[in-house]
Amino acid sequence: MIFARRSRVPSPFRLLFSRAVTEPREERPPQVAGVHLHGSLQLRHVDVGSCNGCEVEIASALAPHYDAGQYGIGLVASPRHADGLLVTGVITHNMDGPLRQTLAALAQPTVIVACGDCAVDGGIFRAAPGVSGILQDVVIPDVVIRGCPPHPDDIVRALRRVSGR
Amino acid sequence: MGLLGLAAGFCAVAAMAAAFLARRARVVVSSSLGALGCLLAGASALVTLITGTTSTFYTSHLLPGAGLSLTLDPLGAIFILATSLVGVAACVYCVSYAHGPMASRAAMTLFMVFVLTLLVVPAASNVVSFMFVWELMALSSLLLILTDQSRNDDSRSAALWYGVMTQLGAASILLGLLLASRGSASTFSAISAHAAQLSPNVRSFAFVLVLLGFSSKAGAVPLHVWLPKAHPAAPSPVSALMSGSMVAMGVYGIIRVGQGLLHGGTVWWWVAVVTLGVVSAFYGALHSTTSTDLKRLLAYSTIDIQGLVLIGVGAAGVLGDSGQPFIAHLAMMAALMLVVAHAGFKGALFLSAGAVERATGTRDLDRLGGLIHTMPVTAFVVAISACSIMAVPTLSGFSSEWLLLQGLLHGFNDSSTPAMIVMLLGVISLALTGGLTAVAFVKAFGIGFLGQPRSTGAAQAIEVPPTMKIAMLWLVLPSVVLGLVPGEFVGLVNRAASSALGKTSLEPLDHGTGLVLAQLRGAVQPAELFMGVVGVLLLVSAANRLLEQRRARRVDAWGGGRDVQTARMQYTATSFAEPLQRVFADVLRPDTDVEVTHIAESRYYEQSLMYDNRVNDVLEQRGYRPVINLVLRAGRLAQRLQNGSIHRYLAFGFVALLVILVVLA
Amino acid sequence: MTSPLYSVIVTLVQVVLAATGGPLLIGLMAKVKARAEGRVGAPIVQPLRDLRKLMRKERLHARHSSVMLPLAPMVIFAATTVAVGISPLVSTRPLLGSSADIFVIVYLLLTGSVAAALGGLDAGTAFGGMGSSRAMTIGALAEPALLVAVIALSIQSSSSNLTTIVSATLAHPDWVFGPSRLLALGALGIVVIAETGRIPVDNPATHLELTMVHEAMILEYAGPELALYHLGEAMRVSLLFSLVATLFFPWGVATGHSVLALVVGVGALVVKTALVALAVALIEVRSAKLRLFRLPELLAGGFVLSVLAVVTGLVTR
Repeated sequence: MIFARRSRVPSPFRLLFSRAVTEPREERPPQVAGVHLHGSLQLRHVDVGSCNGCEVEIASALAPHYDAGQYGIGLVASPRHADGLLVTGVITHNMDGPLRQTLAALAQPTVIVACGDCAVDGGIFRAAPGVSGILQDVVIPDVVIRGCPPHPDDIVRALRRVSGR
Repeated sequence: MGLLGLAAGFCAVAAMAAAFLARRARVVVSSSLGALGCLLAGASALVTLITGTTSTFYTSHLLPGAGLSLTLDPLGAIFILATSLVGVAACVYCVSYAHGPMASRAAMTLFMVFVLTLLVVPAASNVVSFMFVWELMALSSLLLILTDQSRNDDSRSAALWYGVMTQLGAASILLGLLLASRGSASTFSAISAHAAQLSPNVRSFAFVLVLLGFSSKAGAVPLHVWLPKAHPAAPSPVSALMSGSMVAMGVYGIIRVGQGLLHGGTVWWWVAVVTLGVVSAFYGALHSTTSTDLKRLLAYSTIDIQGLVLIGVGAAGVLGDSGQPFIAHLAMMAALMLVVAHAGFKGALFLSAGAVERATGTRDLDRLGGLIHTMPVTAFVVAISACSIMAVPTLSGFSSEWLLLQGLLHGFNDSSTPAMIVMLLGVISLALTGGLTAVAFVKAFGIGFLGQPRSTGAAQAIEVPPTMKIAMLWLVLPSVVLGLVPGEFVGLVNRAASSALGKTSLEPLDHGTGLVLAQLRGAVQPAELFMGVVGVLLLVSAANRLLEQRRARRVDAWGGGRDVQTARMQYTATSFAEPLQRVFADVLRPDTDVEVTHIAESRYYEQSLMYDNRVNDVLEQRGYRPVINLVLRAGRLAQRLQNGSIHRYLAFGFVALLVILVVLA
Repeated sequence: MTSPLYSVIVTLVQVVLAATGGPLLIGLMAKVKARAEGRVGAPIVQPLRDLRKLMRKERLHARHSSVMLPLAPMVIFAATTVAVGISPLVSTRPLLGSSADIFVIVYLLLTGSVAAALGGLDAGTAFGGMGSSRAMTIGALAEPALLVAVIALSIQSSSSNLTTIVSATLAHPDWVFGPSRLLALGALGIVVIAETGRIPVDNPATHLELTMVHEAMILEYAGPELALYHLGEAMRVSLLFSLVATLFFPWGVATGHSVLALVVGVGALVVKTALVALAVALIEVRSAKLRLFRLPELLAGGFVLSVLAVVTGLVTR
């Protein structure tokens, strides 16, 4: 992929059009890991800059065959109703601010789930123009689901570890 | 009667004080005297309602011709009670509110005269005194509308419409009363005794004339057009009195003439009254939903509630004629209780609207918001009064509407066709207006007081002075008391209804604190319901404490991840009502105007777009304005007769004289 | 058993049933929809788990909100609890049964809607206003159908007192399948779907804010306040379904003072309400959500049905 080439010297194009994440990482109060949710996990999905491959797999995870809903897992519309964020993709320019706003709107205690290689360490889009960082630069995720894209079984397994059923 | 006379005396002294005192003392002294007068009048009304007696007063000195004759009976007393409730509040409110044009000699004197006439109209008992006091009431309120002309010529146009319509109405009433008093003395008791000897056609014609005049005053559609103009244009205490008690005088007139003087008449009279009520209720509720001016919203809501009152009065008439006196009594009681409840909550709302206008500089709901933080007392008053209008249980609006619903429901027992149609129409109307009223007042309170301020005026509002607060809180009392313990007042309202319908031995409601229908197996105990609701609220609060939650954290509102939600992004009053405006577009006929300016180079690109959407009163636009234009055209045609030549005018005089001589010969 | 004690027990039983059964009804409807879609779906007790989890989260108040934000869920809950407590669902002798007027219930439900709408407007957001506006519009259009259908029931029993209506229907079983009742049932069915916010009026599971009606009003709520709101809404669903079941098919309602009759009443209520919930869930499965501006047609249809119910009732009396 021609856009994924790493180079020692940043090209003028990258200097002009990328903005590295400069604001500090969000501080979060110490979290009690997963199992306190007792079988009910509602997540707010935030796509900060993904190719939609992970979204397709997440949709499959909630669809009839894999059916994460039977374990009490679901997606909600408002971060205030959510127990945490389900983040996919690398952090692009325009989504840095909205991601921080969404984090600020969460009601503690929360879990942050990074779904897919892009959310975990940038994946194949790490060096692309328009990318300003990865999820770790903004907030440390509690749960990590690797894969490009992750298999719906893996997604369901990871989320069940959080929800406790 | 003595107390009422004393009250009238106090108001007259208040008027003179307003006319002669210097500015500093003028407002305080006349307002206090006026408030005292209203209190005394309220006391006299209560005494009359409790004892059920009628007292009279006559003097031939104050008025020419038949003299001034006053009779205070329970029917008049209940209207005087409603007036005194609002009058006390309006006078106390005036103490801080009146400055500038409102504190002038003319304005304060007229205000006191207005209060005085409102207290005396329900007691006037011959044609001369009734018309005199009625006209005085109309004139003083007309001049009061013109008090504050600083803003624009809204006031002048409003005063013109009000003046013309009220004068036409007064002429109609006078004609009707004269017709009814043919062949007898002009006192109401003489007319009443003589009414059986008039032919039915004469009686019906008299009733129709009187109905035209009084229903226009009561704000019945289609004669309501002056109301949404006049009530916003007048100063707030005047609006409160106009809306809380002057429109009730229209209803008083219909009851007094229709039932008292003409003894019920035929069924179709009251079917006409119910039809007026049904149309007014729906039209008023719909327009209040789409009004963005706070006072205009309240004015249309007055039309709505008076429509419901007319439904009650009409149902009482229809059922009385068809031989169901028990339920007729119940319907009349419901209508009268609604009159008193309306005086309470509408007065409070108008005074609060005045407070909001004073504090923020605007009445436009699209520019208000966030006032609950800066004006908590006003917000509380508006909240309670709005809940009362929306018929939230345990408040006065619910008690009155429940009684009205029971009256209509049991009216179905009567199997005559007019009764069935009337009850069905009434029920449908009540059902339609309930939801629309809720939308209107959620809009008024939610957009006006909650959320973020939509203009600098709203952001910089400060709470009003203590006398204005006391006046507004005083009017919250009727909503709460009539709502929680309506049973205590059932006896009073019963006597008023008996006096209205002329039957004294019926008691549709049992005694107690709640409303219990005798024999008809229906009851509601608002006090117990209230205790239940409060009990649950206390339990929930206690549970909250027990859970040891941290205090709530203040955060920015969630705006979908965009930048912080600004005040401009909120829903406005226009947008809140827009779905209903679309649904009822055929009835409302909004005027939509879109103006597009294209760039010079091409018609495919727009430079600017202007969108104007306003809901005007459709009856005014399509009904009245063509008639007015016709009259103006006829006037211009007639102008051609006046060309300035004295020869022509002499010729006209000569021809007229010839015609008269020929006719007399 | 003495009468006042019996009434207190009946009221407590009804409130507890509504508070636990409401979320279970919602879970049941979700389960039916899931099965119809070929999924296993969340267990029926899932809404109770969600409520328990929400109680442990923190409270958040938007910066520009006022006392209305925490007050709204409390008012909804209180109004619905009182309405549940006084309705004759399990027995004809609940507390304050003499005040159990059907108009009281209707206006208590209206109070809840008004409180929810004011709560939505309080935070000063665009979506809150949108939800409030739409919810009040739908309520305003559903209110006529509700009131007139209720009056059709009251005319037949010559009283608007719920206990009297239930007793009268028990005494006249031939009324149940009469034309007036069936038309009123149709009208109330439409109204119940509108008031509880189910498809085809509103989709409770939507994530698209522009398609939300009731969900948009609660976007700002979090933690225990959200839990209380959901509980209040669940009790509202339970009340509406139970009222439809009890007023139209009152068999099983306890009429005397015995404990056995009470137990039978509880069982009958659970079964009837579950059947109503099943019917609503099947309607949801078979329909799609209507456009907002097609809803007036649906609600006007309900209104016409209720007016026909009144007229039929008068004609066949």
